[in-house]
Amino acid sequence: MLSYTLRRLFQSGFVLLMMSFLVFVGVYAIGNPVELLINPQADDAERLRATIAMGLDKPFYAQYLAFLGTASTGDFGRSFVFNVPALSLILQKLPATIELALFATMIAVVVGIPLGLIAGLKPDSFVGRAIMALSIIGFSLPTFWVGLVLIMFFSVHLGWLPSNGRGDTVDVLGIPVSFLTWDGLTHLFMPAFNLALFKLSLLIRLTRSGTREALLQDYVKFARAKGLSNTRVIGVHVLKNIMIPIVTVIGLEFGSVIAFAIVTETIFAWPGTGKLLIDSINQLDRPVIVAYLLVIVSLFIFINFLVDVVYSVLDPRVRLGAQSGGGH
Amino acid sequence: MNAAAWLKRATKSALSFGEAPRIESPLQRFWSDFSESRLALIGLMLLTMIILIAIFAPLISPQNPYDLSQLDIMDSKLAPGEKSGAGHTHLLGTDDQGRDMLSAIFYGLRISLGVGIASTVFALAIGLFFGMIAAYFSGWVDTLIMRVVDIQLSFPAILIALILLAVLGQGADKIIVALITVQWAYYARTVRASALVEKQKEYIEAAKVLALSKTRILFCHMLPNCLPPLIVVATVQVAHAIALESTLSFLGLGLPITEPSLGLLISNGFTYLMSGKYWISFYPGLALLLTIMSINLVADQLRDVLNPRLKK
Repeated sequence: MLSYTLRRLFQSGFVLLMMSFLVFVGVYAIGNPVELLINPQADDAERLRATIAMGLDKPFYAQYLAFLGTASTGDFGRSFVFNVPALSLILQKLPATIELALFATMIAVVVGIPLGLIAGLKPDSFVGRAIMALSIIGFSLPTFWVGLVLIMFFSVHLGWLPSNGRGDTVDVLGIPVSFLTWDGLTHLFMPAFNLALFKLSLLIRLTRSGTREALLQDYVKFARAKGLSNTRVIGVHVLKNIMIPIVTVIGLEFGSVIAFAIVTETIFAWPGTGKLLIDSINQLDRPVIVAYLLVIVSLFIFINFLVDVVYSVLDPRVRLGAQSGGGH
Repeated sequence: MNAAAWLKRATKSALSFGEAPRIESPLQRFWSDFSESRLALIGLMLLTMIILIAIFAPLISPQNPYDLSQLDIMDSKLAPGEKSGAGHTHLLGTDDQGRDMLSAIFYGLRISLGVGIASTVFALAIGLFFGMIAAYFSGWVDTLIMRVVDIQLSFPAILIALILLAVLGQGADKIIVALITVQWAYYARTVRASALVEKQKEYIEAAKVLALSKTRILFCHMLPNCLPPLIVVATVQVAHAIALESTLSFLGLGLPITEPSLGLLISNGFTYLMSGKYWISFYPGLALLLTIMSINLVADQLRDVLNPRLKK
């Protein structure tokens, strides 16, 4: 167990190092930020001064090594545009993104699992088919188009829900959150639903196929033979057994929810990290782009690592298989 | 759905017991299997229509939307069905520059489908190559290729495409490169899995005994047998590629304004959505949705038809 965890940890570290190099090489190949930030009338001397101030005059490998050294202490340099440390800019926007992602995941779970359960219990009924049709549409619709239609319908046509921003926020432990005020909640609902739609469809499919398989198992037949009520058979015996893969998927997909928040945040002008990334790409704000990507990549690697380790605890075949060199 | 289709086919064949056996060519059998689902047929018809529209866009569009001499700023933001100053009726309205939306959508389809199909074909070729090599040679080659595939697939496609486009900049060629990079890993994994199965079969042994060259065994014997699952993945991936391209174009990172795909048209109309001028982004969105959905419907049925486990 320990050796598996250590090996997995080493692998994660290697991936992180590789990604940091790729991100650095990639991002530092984009245009010249000096041109963008400096007054167009500035003379060559001033240009040179700005270039040196940003450390852009040094050779490439020196820039990377300097970057690695400072990045390991959490310092990604200062934003060219806002002139504040890039990491603190990201961390300041992160709560909004996390709140949106958590709320979206919650909607997907609260709506998706019951619908999937119904579709799994009655796969050939009208309701079961309707739910499956819904999930196919949910898979086909591009996130940004759904967002647009939601705005068109609920904000422009009906005027029920606001279309941009976070609304009023309340500080909880020094972190501003939207979901505790009515105004914030109305702002949160549409983007969260938009972000949730894809995961919702995924959860419906997963729960449905899991339920259908579980219903054929002997323990369900036995529970029925014992005369347990339908609610108990489904609520305890079926649900408990299909939860393991579902929880895994929810965990693994949380990272992709944060990645897809880039799109949702742009549409609903939600002031989170995704919108910051798009703005930074348009303004060639390299430190912020690099900091965002590395924060997200670290988050991903951490989630993957956690899920793998937890899984190997639950299912010994994973770590035994890895030891014999077969992989999984 | 799979089980139901299988049951239907099973009962059909049980009922036809005793009749003279009909000899079908593989293509005929494929078609009769495929046309069993009405939904898939509708999808196929829709898709054929969309592809024809994309190919013949210059012939059937009421207007060349990029010929500036045909545009009149006085006709901008007309609602669907309104007449322009010159007396043309714009069925789907016009955008902020007086461009006929129907024509813009026809031309946009061309670009969206073109980018989607081109990236899929290249990614398929690359994935096929690496997947076959990984399966055939195994050992460290396999480990190396699959490690890269695993790492790449653990990140969402949109994040990788975004990083690449942030680096490469705008342009049709650049977005195709980004889409290929995102997609090749799916094919490599699929091909490897089916090639590993094929490798164990007798005909490969026989080919080896005949001392055929490795390239010949790989590409003339193994490859054709690995194709069916790949066709399914490729169909689904075309839809993904189109959706991803439109998302990236919507975010302003995909195609430049001179080559407006559907995503860019939608993004362009987004500004006017708030003032109630819904048609500038709604109709391109609808075209996008129909394209993706028709591809998905066809892919779903292809998966059922080409799945050997459902065959009699």
